[in-house]
Amino acid sequence: MLSCRDVLGWLNEYLEETADLETRRHLEAHVNACPNCWVIFDTTKKTIQVYKGMEPLALPEDVELRLMAVLRRRMESGGSAAPPA
Amino acid sequence: MTPTQPRTVPAGDDDLVRRAKAGDSAAFSELVQRYNRRIFRLTKHITQNQEDAEDVLQEVFMKAYTHLSTFEGNSKFYTWLVRIAVNESLMKLRKRKSGKQVSLDEPVSTGDEEIMREIAVWESTPEQKYSQTELRGILDEAVQSLEPIYRTVFLLRDVDELSTEEAAESLGLTVPAVKSRLLRARLQLREKLTRVFKRKGDDLFAFL
Ligand SMILES: [Zn+2]
Repeated sequence: MLSCRDVLGWLNEYLEETADLETRRHLEAHVNACPNCWVIFDTTKKTIQVYKGMEPLALPEDVELRLMAVLRRRMESGGSAAPPA
Repeated sequence: MTPTQPRTVPAGDDDLVRRAKAGDSAAFSELVQRYNRRIFRLTKHITQNQEDAEDVLQEVFMKAYTHLSTFEGNSKFYTWLVRIAVNESLMKLRKRKSGKQVSLDEPVSTGDEEIMREIAVWESTPEQKYSQTELRGILDEAVQSLEPIYRTVFLLRDVDELSTEEAAESLGLTVPAVKSRLLRARLQLREKLTRVFKRKGDDLFAFL
């Protein structure tokens, strides 16, 4: 029988469904019988879900202007992206 | 865009990189436009300082431009950018916290107890209780409170959705090292978010 600590060690593989079938069966049996592990697995899954695919914010306009200005100067001075001297 | 091209398929990274290497500034600029937001998010989260994050953002694309000829195309262009961004961000962070060790190593003591204190189910749809801005604030704050290595690994894998192999390559870590850090990161975040999202009233039941 797997301990809670063992089960927790397999959390990534369980959530990403990369555990082999046999391990998966053991994990499921434990998680279904152990309320603490069930809650941890469930809320970790939700944690990953709320972050997943979070779009990055647009660059603040001034940050973008400065970035492009710096790069433009560099590209004009250096010509092509030649190997470093 | 010309009338003979009714639908424009965005150029792939490989194509843009090839053109940029041949001296096409517009192609390089397009790569910058494509990735500057994701790189800026990364540099902001690692440095935790707006000014440093902007400096690093500029350095990343300057370096990428300067060293583009050394980019072999064995990895994805974005993975290559991330590696530069992580290195530069950590360097900034070390400078800012001079004397304080900043590394991608795991902290020595990481008792399981500290990440398993908060065991409570969440409200069914916590996302809906908050505005987009509020939610973003909550999520950002939770990530910010993690150690640099944990927030970096989490961002790359779960927010930016790099594969474990790509994250390992960008960080100069082994695949197992990325996996163990990711596990810690996820559990620590789970703990932090549970404090915000747990179903109210569950504490009460504990006394009954
Ligand atoms: Zn258990």
